[in-house]
Formats: sequence, C-alpha cells, structure tokens
Amino acid sequence: MRREIPLLITGIVGVVFVISYFIPHFPFNMMDGWFSDWFSIIQACAIVLGALNLLLISSQKIIRRKTDWGYSIVVMATFFLMIIAGFSGGVEFRGPDTTFTWLYNFTFMPLSSTMYAILAFFVASASYRAFRARNAEATLLLGAAFFVMIGRVPIGDLITGFMPEGARLSDLTGWIMDYPQTAGQRAIMIGIALGLVSTSLRVILGIERSHLGGDS
Amino acid sequence: MSLSQRKSFSVFPAIQFIIIIALTFVLSVNSFAQEATDDTTSVTSVIIAPPTNLLVEDFEYDDGEKLNLIWTPSIDDQPQVGKVTGYQVFRVTNDDVTTKIAELMPGANNFTDQELDKDSTYSYYVTAIANGAEASSVTTSPISPQREWVNFGLTNLFVIALIIGGAIFYFIEMGKRGKKLFVRKIAGLEAVDDAIGRATEMGRPILYIPGIHDMDDVQTLASLTILGRVAEQIADYDIKIRMPVARSLVMTAARETIKASYQAAGRPDAYSDDMVSYITDEQFGYVAAVDGIMVREKPATVFLLGAFFAESLILAETGNHVGAIQIAGTARPAQLPFFIAACDFTLIGEELFAASAYLSNEPKALGALKGQDVGKIIAAAAIIAGVLLETVIQLTDSESAATLLGYLRQAFTT
Repeated sequence: MRREIPLLITGIVGVVFVISYFIPHFPFNMMDGWFSDWFSIIQACAIVLGALNLLLISSQKIIRRKTDWGYSIVVMATFFLMIIAGFSGGVEFRGPDTTFTWLYNFTFMPLSSTMYAILAFFVASASYRAFRARNAEATLLLGAAFFVMIGRVPIGDLITGFMPEGARLSDLTGWIMDYPQTAGQRAIMIGIALGLVSTSLRVILGIERSHLGGDS
Repeated sequence: MSLSQRKSFSVFPAIQFIIIIALTFVLSVNSFAQEATDDTTSVTSVIIAPPTNLLVEDFEYDDGEKLNLIWTPSIDDQPQVGKVTGYQVFRVTNDDVTTKIAELMPGANNFTDQELDKDSTYSYYVTAIANGAEASSVTTSPISPQREWVNFGLTNLFVIALIIGGAIFYFIEMGKRGKKLFVRKIAGLEAVDDAIGRATEMGRPILYIPGIHDMDDVQTLASLTILGRVAEQIADYDIKIRMPVARSLVMTAARETIKASYQAAGRPDAYSDDMVSYITDEQFGYVAAVDGIMVREKPATVFLLGAFFAESLILAETGNHVGAIQIAGTARPAQLPFFIAACDFTLIGEELFAASAYLSNEPKALGALKGQDVGKIIAAAAIIAGVLLETVIQLTDSESAATLLGYLRQAFTT
C-alpha cells in the first residue's frame, strides 16, 4: 500500500492534468490552480522539515566537534538571528524599515551577489579549456566562438568596415546565432519535449517508480 | 489746519490705493475668466471621430467567462500626428450598470473582457479620448459568453499527442512481450560505473546534486530516478554519498529513494539520513554551501543532474578544480554549454530523461524510450517538408506549395 497509494494519486493527477489541457470546462479549468495551491501548502509544511534538518545536522556537528564545526555555529547563529528579526517585525516583517529587511539587504544580498560575481572568473577558466583546438569539433567551436565574440563588439565592424553591408563580422555573428545555433538549440528542445512526454507517461503509468522508493 | 491737511493728505492715497487694488483684482479675475473661456473653447473645439465597427464575440474555447472586443480605431488615431490619446472600454450589464473596464493606448483595436458570468448579458462601447474631448462608438447588442466543453483549437496537438502516446504504449507493450529493443549507447551513462568505481578506489565520497528546483519539476523527478539506480551501486560498493539539496520536499523524496536502494542492495544498515541534507532554498546560499563541501571533502565523483540555472558553471568549475570526475545533465539548453565545457560527461536534454530507463534496462521503460523516436520521426519529417516547400516557393512562387506550407504550419501551431 505504501507504493500503491502514491502511484494511484500520481496516475489520477497526471490524467486529470492531461484532460484539463484539452477541456476548458469547469472543474477542469480550475485544476491547475487547485493543484498549485495544494503543492504550495505541502511545500510550506515541508520547509519545517528542512529547517529542522539543518539545525539537527549543525547542532550534531557542534556537539561532536566534527571537522569545521565552527561554521555550524555561524549557521545556527545567523539562522536564529533572522528568525528573531523576522518575528520582531511582526506581520509586516518584510516592510522597508524592518530589521529583517535591513539584514536581508545589507548582509544576505551582498554575499549572494559576491557568489554570483565569481561566475565571471569561472566563465573565463571554462572558456579557456573549452576553446582549445584539440580536435576538429573543438576547432569548429573555437572558430564559431571567435567570430561570435568579435562580432558582438564594435571593433568587429571596425575591422571589416571596408566590406559591403551583409558581409561584416556582425552579420556573420548574426548568421551563426540565427541559423546553426538556433537549429541546434531547437533540435535539443524537440528532444527535451519528447523526453518530457515519455518520462511523464512512465511516471503516470507507474513504470517509473524509483523516485517513490523503488520497485518493491 | 495742519492736522486736517495732514488727515486729508493721508486718506486720499489710501482710497486711491484701495480702488487700484480693487480694479486690478476685477480685471485679473476678468482676464482669468476670459482665458478659461478661451481654454474651454479650444478644448471643445477638438472634434474627433469615434471608433467604428465595434464587434463583440465569444472567446473561443473557454469556460464561459471571456468576451473578445474588436474595433476599427478612430480615423483621428494616426501615429505621431493623431489627436487621439487613448481609448476607454465600457461594459453595460443587463441591469444597466455601466463600468469602465479598460484604458488603452492609442492604436488599440481589441480587448478581452474576463471573469464574466455566463448567465448574464453584456453590451459594450468604446470611447476615443483626445484632450478632454471624446467620441463613443455605438453600443453593441447584448451578448453572453458561451461555455465550451472541448478546446477544438488544440485538435492538431491532440492528434500528435495521440500518435506519440500511442507509439509509446505500443513499444511498452512490445517490451513487455520480450521484443529486443535497441537503444544507442549514451557515453555519460556508460561512465556511471567507472565514476562510482573511481570513488571506491580513491576512498572519497560521491556528491550528488539534484538541481535547485522542487519536486514539481520533471528534471528533479528524472534526477531522483537516476539517483535510485546510482545509489544501489553505491550501496554495493560501500561508498559514502553526500547529497545537499535546496528543497525540503526533495530532501524527503531523496531519502526515501536512497533508503529503498540500500534495501534493494541488501544493505539497509548502511543507510543514514545524514546522506541527504537540506541547505537552503536561496540559490547562491546553496551554491556557497555546496562549493564549501566540494573544497573540504574533495569528492571523487560529482553528479550534477536536474534543473540548473546561473549556478551550473560555479558548481561544475569548482568540481573540476577539486579533480572530481563529473557527470552532468540538464534539460535547460542555456546551461548545457557550461556543463559541456566544465564536466567530463554531459547528458544533453532528452538523455537526462532517458537515463533511468537506460540504467535499469527494464523492457517497459526502454519501450517508452523507443516510442519517443516516433515523435522525432514526425518532427524531422515536418522540418524536411517545410524546408522543401519553402525552397520551392522561393524558386517558383508556387501557390499550391504555399497552400501546403500553410497547412503544415497550421498542423504544428496551437
């Protein structure tokens, strides 16, 4: 029963969703909204599990003095600091002048942006590896990348300014992006769409059940 | 004498001053009034033509809650030089209540009225506005929105879905009957065994990242189905697995999946809830934590399978720097180049969804994969036909080719 009930629910909900796409009549037109609401409620309840898990793992680390247990103190301290700041702000804790908002805007956001900024360096290091001409495909990639990059900046057209319009580097870049790139991306998109259909059918029919804890 | 002289001297200028002030006031008021009258004259002198041909029709294939309005804009509504500054749409209900339901920009010629009651009737008129002047269209006859049972506008999609769904069912049935189904080798999935073996040899953990989306994303679901197969091997080899997640529901589902895999492998005692830990829902907070785990624990193998966004390259590059063998996969085309650049193996789009069936080698699941191929054949045939027809049209200006292309477009447009 532990497997059958979730499979039954999955099957029914899946079929209802498929039907509701083609039938605009009540109640099918409301199903999407209702299921989304239910999912949000379950999600909100589950966040408690996540928070408890975080606290449990961090406190165990501190108590048992595991490697890097000092970081867990920071995790717990900031966790409780944000909770206290949130509760002290009352219902309007997300308002513009609350401690919670201040902490979020002036501590969390800069830290988050810092992590995002690291991406710039990683793009450089990944590009360096990806654009090495090791074989024919990599050389083709390198060539395409070179033309696209140089065609995107003003110097590209400056270099090829003497050429007729339509044959300049920016035009070549546009052609690469509009045709080979779009064609490749659409091929991937078609594959993804069909893969989604197939996976959804496997899940709805109960053929795929390892996410529910295996076949037994 | 001197006093009276002084008195008369001081009273006159005061009276004069009051008279001047009074005159100035009266003249000013007069002048303002005149200006105001002039303004009114200039405002009312703007004459604009009303919008015409207002047509109200039922919104096709809905639950009887929408009506479509279409009209011809006022002839004074011209780009740059037109006098019309906008349109207002009014609804009149069957109990004669008039409500302004929309204010639209110049050039507008349609509007969809929503959240209507199918049991009421509605009339409409549209007013063109120009600097205080306005001109209304005629009021339409009362109409009720109609409720439809089936969206016939999606018939083509329904037929395509039936063909692809039917093909998937057919091949599942073939699989069940034991027919041998050929599935091409997927390098990324062939490497799973080697990646797990490497971790065993090195005595280092395996890090499994299921993306940052919740259980309502099919990519996360696909990732967990792969996890089920991978965890069985991990249990066999007795290696440590670390799975930090960004969603509580994913944590719960992943624990169930790994627990079942350990049971299936005959090692339920080796399972621990600590294998899966919740970090945070915040994207870059999660990335910071996972990067920290990578740098501190130096996993031998990293699986990055699921829905990824800007964090994909940060995670993949960190994994690369710590020397892990990395198998990545996502159905987000924008992130695929990053994974291809930074990881050893990448499951491109559909391969992520095929992975579970591929790893399980179960005939029914493989049958579902084969069914997909029918969809690919349809897509490829339509693309080739479209390209050929477009070429013929360009070369010969053929009308029949244009008609055929129109049908083809219609067949794949919703």
